[in-house]
Amino acid sequence: MRLTLTVLFTCLLLSNYIAKAQTDTTDLLKGVTNQSNEKQYVTAAFKSSRIINGHSMELIGKNVLDFRILHRFGYVNDGISNLFGLDEARMRMGFDYGITNNLTIGIGRSTLKKELDGFFKWRPIRQATGAGGSPVSVVWISGMTLNTLKWAVPDRKNYFSSRLGYYHEIIIGRKFSERFSLQLAPLLVHRNLIDTDINSNNTFALGIGSRLKVSKRMALVLDYHPVLAGEQFGTYDPLSIGIDIETGGHVFQLHFSNSEGMNEKEFVTNTTGEFWKGEIRFGFNLSRVFSLNRNR
Amino acid sequence: MKQKSLILLLFIFCSGILHAQERVFTKNGNISFYSEAPMETIEASNKNVTCVLDTKSGQVQFAVLMRGFEFRKALMQEHFNENYVESTKFPKAEFKGQIVNNADINYSKDGSYTATVTGKLTIHGESRDIQSQGTVKVTGGKVTASTIFNILLADYKISIPALVKDKVSNNVRITVNCPLEPLKN
Repeated sequence: MRLTLTVLFTCLLLSNYIAKAQTDTTDLLKGVTNQSNEKQYVTAAFKSSRIINGHSMELIGKNVLDFRILHRFGYVNDGISNLFGLDEARMRMGFDYGITNNLTIGIGRSTLKKELDGFFKWRPIRQATGAGGSPVSVVWISGMTLNTLKWAVPDRKNYFSSRLGYYHEIIIGRKFSERFSLQLAPLLVHRNLIDTDINSNNTFALGIGSRLKVSKRMALVLDYHPVLAGEQFGTYDPLSIGIDIETGGHVFQLHFSNSEGMNEKEFVTNTTGEFWKGEIRFGFNLSRVFSLNRNR
Repeated sequence: MKQKSLILLLFIFCSGILHAQERVFTKNGNISFYSEAPMETIEASNKNVTCVLDTKSGQVQFAVLMRGFEFRKALMQEHFNENYVESTKFPKAEFKGQIVNNADINYSKDGSYTATVTGKLTIHGESRDIQSQGTVKVTGGKVTASTIFNILLADYKISIPALVKDKVSNNVRITVNCPLEPLKN
């Protein structure tokens, strides 16, 4: 009795061992791979470094040169005589360059007001999953604009500083899922010279940007900048909706917007179209990136 | 009687321990891939490949995190993860297989042995049976496993849009190189 029991017991153990050995061999990696949740940065919350007008929480990466061509046409409700606005266009041409993965600088020139602009964009906090990962990205952008039009009143004493404008922006954004990203961006614009007393030098707006991916290479985007303080007389909150289409090294952003300006100072303080009245412009952003890395 | 069974048990456990020691592994293996299309050459490498080889049975297994592939172009890397292999949905690629001619490899004698490996490769959530010729190199008791083989992206349901047909080739060459060390546990 005892013998049979022992044999049975041993057999049981043995079979147990064999079974264990088998599960072990079907997964050799067990015990080797750490199933830990390592910190991993979240990428591609937006396809481009701009949502439409405003900056997105994305940076372009180290040693990447991004050549951007932006167009804004006339009002769609001008009708057929103006080919729904396509007969006139404003343009901004610019270069962005990634110094590090978290720091980008850029310059551009708009045909509107013959304005130059330059900025830096720094991401001190980057959204990441896993242990110690931040739930949001935080991006700081500061820029300057320089109007190079001839002086409106040449007879009076004009100062160079009158041509300048500044903007500062903090983006707090999160990629909630593969499809949905949202960011909030308080933004302050200061202009050294304003045209009338009733306006204020400082304008404060809240940027709201969002993306909804509809396919792997296409996304709907929304870019809204309600002005909270210092709204300019006769201007409206810039609102743009569009679609991002990505093809390899290009991103095409096609959109409808009530603003004409293509830098922060301009679209926050000088959006004269009333969106819901149909004073909407068609426009597109075209981005082409070049990788200047020579070695890995 | 009791003693005998105890000895038997001990023997079983010991054999188990011995068995484990016949495994070699790495967490820092190298896998790179290369594809050439008329307009673009795509190259990336991953230096954190996990590989375990059971020298006794010839069973071999690889695992790699797709996010760990590094490209020269940042945007390429982003597109690789976002649009092609969908790293968030399918974070890992795995191979589970067997060295068919394991008996021909003498792991205790220096030399370079040709190994024929068959098994299942899983990329992008799709599994395919593959076979490849590889090399097992033994130098001073250290084992290095390496192989080069080709896969078709279409087999793994990684689709290439018509617009980038000239830039992304369906045919990808994969190079594996894993220096292995004894696994103790």
